[in-house]
Amino acid sequence: MAKKQQGGRRKFLARGAALVSGAAMLKGAGAEGLAGEAWERVYGAGFTRYGQPSRFEQAVGRYIAQPYGEMAPGSGSALCPIEALDGIITPTSVHFIRSHSGSPDIDPKLHRLYIHGLVERPLRFSVDALSRYPMTTRIYFIECSGNSLRALTAQPAQVPAGGMHGNVSCNEWTGVPLRVLLEEAGVQPQAKWLLAEGADSAHMSRSVPLEKALDDALIALYQNGERLRPEHGYPVRLLLPGWEGNMSVKWLRRIKLTDGPTHTKDETSKYTDPLPDGRALQFTYEMGVKSVITRPSSTMQLAGTGFHEISGIAWSGAGRIRRVEVSTDGGQTWAEAALTGAERAKALVRFRHPWQWKGAAAVLQSRATDEKGSVQPARREWQARFAPDIRFHNNSIVSWAVGTDGSVKNVYA
Amino acid sequence: MSAQQLAGFDISIPPSGAGLPAGSGTARDGLKVYEQKCLACHGAKGAGKPADALAGGVGSLASKAPVRTVGSFWPYATTLFDYVRRAMPITNPLSLNDDEVYAVSAYVLFINGIIGEDVAMNAQTLPQVRMPNRDGFISDWPPRSRN
Repeated sequence: MAKKQQGGRRKFLARGAALVSGAAMLKGAGAEGLAGEAWERVYGAGFTRYGQPSRFEQAVGRYIAQPYGEMAPGSGSALCPIEALDGIITPTSVHFIRSHSGSPDIDPKLHRLYIHGLVERPLRFSVDALSRYPMTTRIYFIECSGNSLRALTAQPAQVPAGGMHGNVSCNEWTGVPLRVLLEEAGVQPQAKWLLAEGADSAHMSRSVPLEKALDDALIALYQNGERLRPEHGYPVRLLLPGWEGNMSVKWLRRIKLTDGPTHTKDETSKYTDPLPDGRALQFTYEMGVKSVITRPSSTMQLAGTGFHEISGIAWSGAGRIRRVEVSTDGGQTWAEAALTGAERAKALVRFRHPWQWKGAAAVLQSRATDEKGSVQPARREWQARFAPDIRFHNNSIVSWAVGTDGSVKNVYA
Repeated sequence: MSAQQLAGFDISIPPSGAGLPAGSGTARDGLKVYEQKCLACHGAKGAGKPADALAGGVGSLASKAPVRTVGSFWPYATTLFDYVRRAMPITNPLSLNDDEVYAVSAYVLFINGIIGEDVAMNAQTLPQVRMPNRDGFISDWPPRSRN
């Protein structure tokens, strides 16, 4: 089956190449009969200090959601255009942003990180001092636990995939393991949690179990090789791999070791998961196994029948992705997709599946399974576990309907 | 690092109230602060819009239309003091003095019917306030099975 589709792809690509080169020869023929477009006949642009994408790619950008409008323009999120990207690493410039009171303009010479509370030696670090510690580099996804909130509206929104599911991104992060700094401070035996606090004007704060801090928590200073961007926590942020993004406190200014959780606003009134009986789950940290097809996806238009690669991203806060299955018939049958990056835990995986579209209506879905055996749940099954106003941790299966006209729409299947 | 270097930074307040500063305020005092600094976003008597509603919704959490406010949902009154002091008002955080934070916290508790208008909130009384939804949360840490 796969072999036949590959053959179809080769024919399709060969036909396309012939059309393109034929057009270029006609249009580009110069006085001497030599082929070449206009840009091949003039000297190219000079150098730039800091690169930008092609001017023809200006449509690619984050989707900005401001629930409080101009009253609080930095409160909300800017979602990653996942449908416009390929591969595993998110370009820093379109990594999603979630901030509560905008991005502060921090002078790294003045910024300090305090570690205090139940420690033997309270410590204060400048950014220069932190930068002298041995560094670790890792690739991790971050997902806001409010990602896919827009996929919970009564009617399916007809917006690009990133506008609904783009509060996830994957970068290479470099910094100092938090464990190293805590060992230097000397954690007292009665310390079981820590409070992490940002230097933004909301002083966003979350309680973190000590187990996580001593496991894989990173005090990140670099992102995709350069210093953190302001919107991602410059000059120093906490990174808690696989856990809800809100806990990876940006603009980190203070870590206080405590004997219990502080019960901050963002771990009680928000970022808790309400249940149908009126109670709410608190401290639901790990992001569930999840995947979404990015191409083709909502609002796209298939260029014609024949070969289309179904491609998307998958991730799990519990570790590695073991399997991603793709369905083109609304979940009646599933086929295993090819994975790139599956050796990496808590990072985006790229999946690909060859598909011959014959022109009939189809419903495309993907379903991820992680190394712990957790399987991405169906939408209805996931929703039934929670109160009607559940906003967080939606990792349910996403469905895109392909019409006979090649249009791709968001549907609840 | 000395305690003096940390002064002014250690602003997180747990349910025990440890770290609450000196100072005091009643809902009657808090109404003035609320009208000047909070009402434009949170509405009269905490009705909300454009920002979150602060009052109402008690008894609605198990219904088909839950209303989650400080009164109906927040488990601890200390969180109210902590959050107002660190983050509010949104355009001018860290600008309220401790008496004002106690007073406006008292006002928000009062409009939810949780305390009386003349009950002073301070380091001793605030942690003793029992919120209606105090027992409404189930800790998922250490994690139970999900998915």
